[in-house]
Amino acid sequence: MTVPLLDVVDLRVSFRTPRGVAAAVRGVSFTMGREKLGIVGESGSGKTLTGRSILRLLPPGAELQATRLMFDGVDLMAAIPAQLRDLRGRRLAMVMQDPKFSLNPVMPVGDQIAEAYLAHSSASRVEAREKALAMLEAVRIREPRRVYALYPHEVSGGMGQRIMIAMMLAPDPDLLVADEPTSALDVTVQTQVLAILDDLVSERGMGLVFISHDLTLVASFCDRVLVMYGGRVVETLDARDLGRAQHPYTRGLIACLPQLSGTEGDLPVLTRDPAWLDAT
Amino acid sequence: MIEVEDLTVEFGETRAVDRVSFSVADGEAFGIVGESGSGKSTVLRVLSGLNRHWSGRMIVERVPQGRARSREFHRRLQMVFQDPYASLHPRQTVDRALAEPLRIHGLDDHERRISRALREVGLGPEHRFRYPHQLSGGQRQRVAIARVLILEPAILLLDEPTSALDVSVQAEILNLLQRIRRERRLTYMLVSHNLAVVTHLCARIAVMNRGRFVEQLDVASLRAHRTLQPYTAQLLRASEGYDRQAAETLITYD
Repeated sequence: MTVPLLDVVDLRVSFRTPRGVAAAVRGVSFTMGREKLGIVGESGSGKTLTGRSILRLLPPGAELQATRLMFDGVDLMAAIPAQLRDLRGRRLAMVMQDPKFSLNPVMPVGDQIAEAYLAHSSASRVEAREKALAMLEAVRIREPRRVYALYPHEVSGGMGQRIMIAMMLAPDPDLLVADEPTSALDVTVQTQVLAILDDLVSERGMGLVFISHDLTLVASFCDRVLVMYGGRVVETLDARDLGRAQHPYTRGLIACLPQLSGTEGDLPVLTRDPAWLDAT
Repeated sequence: MIEVEDLTVEFGETRAVDRVSFSVADGEAFGIVGESGSGKSTVLRVLSGLNRHWSGRMIVERVPQGRARSREFHRRLQMVFQDPYASLHPRQTVDRALAEPLRIHGLDDHERRISRALREVGLGPEHRFRYPHQLSGGQRQRVAIARVLILEPAILLLDEPTSALDVSVQAEILNLLQRIRRERRLTYMLVSHNLAVVTHLCARIAVMNRGRFVEQLDVASLRAHRTLQPYTAQLLRASEGYDRQAAETLITYD
């Protein structure tokens, strides 16, 4: 059997507070290959912290524990900071929700892509510039030369997000963690950005962890879905089987969405069962 | 109830709203759906009087409206905003947030009105003296709705009222808005980027793009894909989930 791209066993993230230890992620386990894996949950479910744990990029005060956290045979729990820095950006990348907070406001966007590329390769500045232009083209930006020289405030949200994706993908990572990458975008731009990610997974064989609150979107975009609730994975499904979900939380989450095809009367409301917080 | 003709709003060189006309009948729920920057929120801001720079004609409850509005107008027409974290004062208790509009409009019997408004949005007396940070996002939006209802308005303008909420909380707030409209026979104008939310609450919608109404249609026609304009068809298709093939066919409509 081949080594999985990502192998997570019993991942836990907790915070020390004046009132005791608050457990945010409580024993998450999964493996994935070069596929599109969705992590779905509501706010506070632990989905973002799970994604950030993969890059060991947790907020200050967070404590990370895991029986196993292996990326392509590399033990991330045992890795020293220098090893992690080398992996991040080059082989492991992350795209966040809002490009406004991720881009440097006083540097042209093209230079930012080139800088990210230079940090992880021995290319010359000219080569890095060419690479940045090629990446802008790869994310379907129509006039890459013009856009290269723009500052972040001069680009729209959709374009900003495509620039972030171009920057993260320039070093050709093996795994991309995308945390709500399209939530700030309009539906049509969202479809275009997803198509770019989709093609990168199928053409370059990249693995994608797609974190989202949007069940409909994840079901139509990803291959597999982990449903998180209260810091645990309550259900793992093939995306196409979401309609046949077993767990009452997953089913409730699907049912409470207003349907374009029409819902008669009131929407079903989710009744939370305290037992969902216990291990399954 | 509301009649708007040739509404135009310009911010410097940009025409944010471009000759928009529509009417909303008494007790009707009318929705505007559009992407960011389409001008949908600006239409609501002009109606409510928050944006005074506009041209066109506007009649609300048979009274032609100009730039300045009467106090009675502001009582009868109320607005609910997207983000209850931002629209409630962090240093004011729920009680104070609800008492303020009563004081402004010179309404008496605060005690009875406040407890009734809280009950109506599904909050108990235990929430009355809490601060916003002691409430969940859904509870905060309920407070924002109670603050609006306490003035016994006739028209509610809802600007993305559930976009900042989790889907399970969104369902509760949508049910609440449905119930209130039924019980109080209110007129709604709802603005959202989410087509499913708009079609859930409204029977008739306008599709807006780049300041213009692309088309107005009833929800039954939309559901049956009986749309006239390609922009609407594209929006509908993109709202139905990800489709690799559809991504190729998307175009930007000016």
